[in-house]
Amino acid sequence: MRAVVTVIGKDTVGILHKVSGICAEFNVNVIEVTQSVLQDMFAMIMLVDISAINSDFSELVDRMTALGNELGLSIHTMHEDIFNSMHSI
Amino acid sequence: MLNVYNILETIRMIQDECLDIRTITMGISLLDCIDTDIDKACEKVYAKIVKKAGNLVAVGQQIEKEYGIPIVNKRISVTPIAMLAAACPDGDVVKFAKALQRAADTCGVNFIGGYSALVHKGFSAGDMALIKSIPEALDVTNNICSSVNIGSTKSGINMDAVKIMGQIVKESAERTADRDCIGPAKLVVFCNAVEDNPFMAGAFHGPGEPDCEIHVGVSGPGVVRAALTKYPDASINELADIIKKTAFKITRMGQLVGARASELLGVPFGIVDLSLAPTPAIGDSVAHIIEEMGLEMCGTHGTTACLAMLNDAVKKGGVMASSTVGGLSGAFIPVSEDAGMIDAAVAGVLSLEKLEAMTAVCSVGLDMIVVPGDIAPETISAIIADEAAIGMVNSKTTAVRLIPAIGRKEGETLEFGGLLGSGPVMPIRDKSAAKFINRGGRIPAPMQSLKN
Repeated sequence: MRAVVTVIGKDTVGILHKVSGICAEFNVNVIEVTQSVLQDMFAMIMLVDISAINSDFSELVDRMTALGNELGLSIHTMHEDIFNSMHSI
Repeated sequence: MLNVYNILETIRMIQDECLDIRTITMGISLLDCIDTDIDKACEKVYAKIVKKAGNLVAVGQQIEKEYGIPIVNKRISVTPIAMLAAACPDGDVVKFAKALQRAADTCGVNFIGGYSALVHKGFSAGDMALIKSIPEALDVTNNICSSVNIGSTKSGINMDAVKIMGQIVKESAERTADRDCIGPAKLVVFCNAVEDNPFMAGAFHGPGEPDCEIHVGVSGPGVVRAALTKYPDASINELADIIKKTAFKITRMGQLVGARASELLGVPFGIVDLSLAPTPAIGDSVAHIIEEMGLEMCGTHGTTACLAMLNDAVKKGGVMASSTVGGLSGAFIPVSEDAGMIDAAVAGVLSLEKLEAMTAVCSVGLDMIVVPGDIAPETISAIIADEAAIGMVNSKTTAVRLIPAIGRKEGETLEFGGLLGSGPVMPIRDKSAAKFINRGGRIPAPMQSLKN
């Protein structure tokens, strides 16, 4: 089971550190990260493995959303199935 | 395989283009709650709904979190209550409405639909009592929706029922005049009603459906419009292709959510209704899609053609994306619930006659249309008859949801708020149809019914 974490917003110090910190706390393994900084806009997409998560997935979602609010970023944490089903037959 | 573009597209659709799952609706059969003692029947109805749907809202919220997609409504549809009322002819039918309301409160759902009767060929026991109780039932409850099927392609149109429904719609408005005439906003008069529709106010759980199942209604007019905006110079068939692709993606999401809800609730998956259902929110309008195709304003000449193409392309795109498509599946045109329609009606560009023509090619009918409060019941009946005739002859579902704005005239506005929006009072013809309506009887089934 995998999920996708997307982070979009103004670049600041330590975004990747904080997001992956939460992942580690939930025992969620980061599989892949792509990120780009265009001018000062930061966009990161992180594919994570949630099969060994040590808590509810919804708690991870809440934590990530809260971090987003704290940093003024938009952070979405969504199960990968939604992307797979919408974009492939 | 996941790619960055697709991920960002999905997030943009949800964040900026109002993409959502409009409803997950649990259909529950109440046939096993029939009892000759109405109080016992009501208890059984309450107990069964709470048992089956007690978890529905929590599961809906869990899925919202899991996939990051809003599920706007969690609803329940039940067996037409007239079938239960048939067994207890001496009881006060409104008790069923109150029992349903109690169940809605306990389960926390937005609406329960199914305070309904199917009378397309005639009235059986319970039907008339239920129909007559509709104004009171909609008055004393908040979250109960009612519908009556008065015609079908197979059986023609029951003109006696059409006559009564004109009176019921008017009476329902009068009883709720102090609440912006909200009563008839929860009442739909159908021709060719479908048994697995997840959308309100017309949802009921048909007698041919299983004991319990989950339906999903998707939405997404904003997504379709945004997709069209990117191709300002495309030809019409190119536009149709873009709509198909977009509808496919939207429907896949509905299929995913429905399958997951079915798994979590342990209830079979019914259908995905792939409808474009507008809301009054900015960027969630079907009228704006039509305008994006090249019309200055929805309702002008060309609207019916645009809507026909849109409705067809939505079906074609969606049908492959789901294992079972059903319900109404197409584009909805509820006037008060669509920002673009409201503007067009206020500007006088969108008339009742144009809306009637549009209903011949869209998925439902004259929906959420505010008419003057002094409208004669026979005139409402005549509008219902016109609309039912379109449905009957074209083998499609048509519906009428008119709101007589008691105490208001043409040019004034009725405000419902929320998803129901607001609607300007639209002009109607002032010549009477009373003699025609008072004849009673039945319009025989058309040639189209003889398919065997």
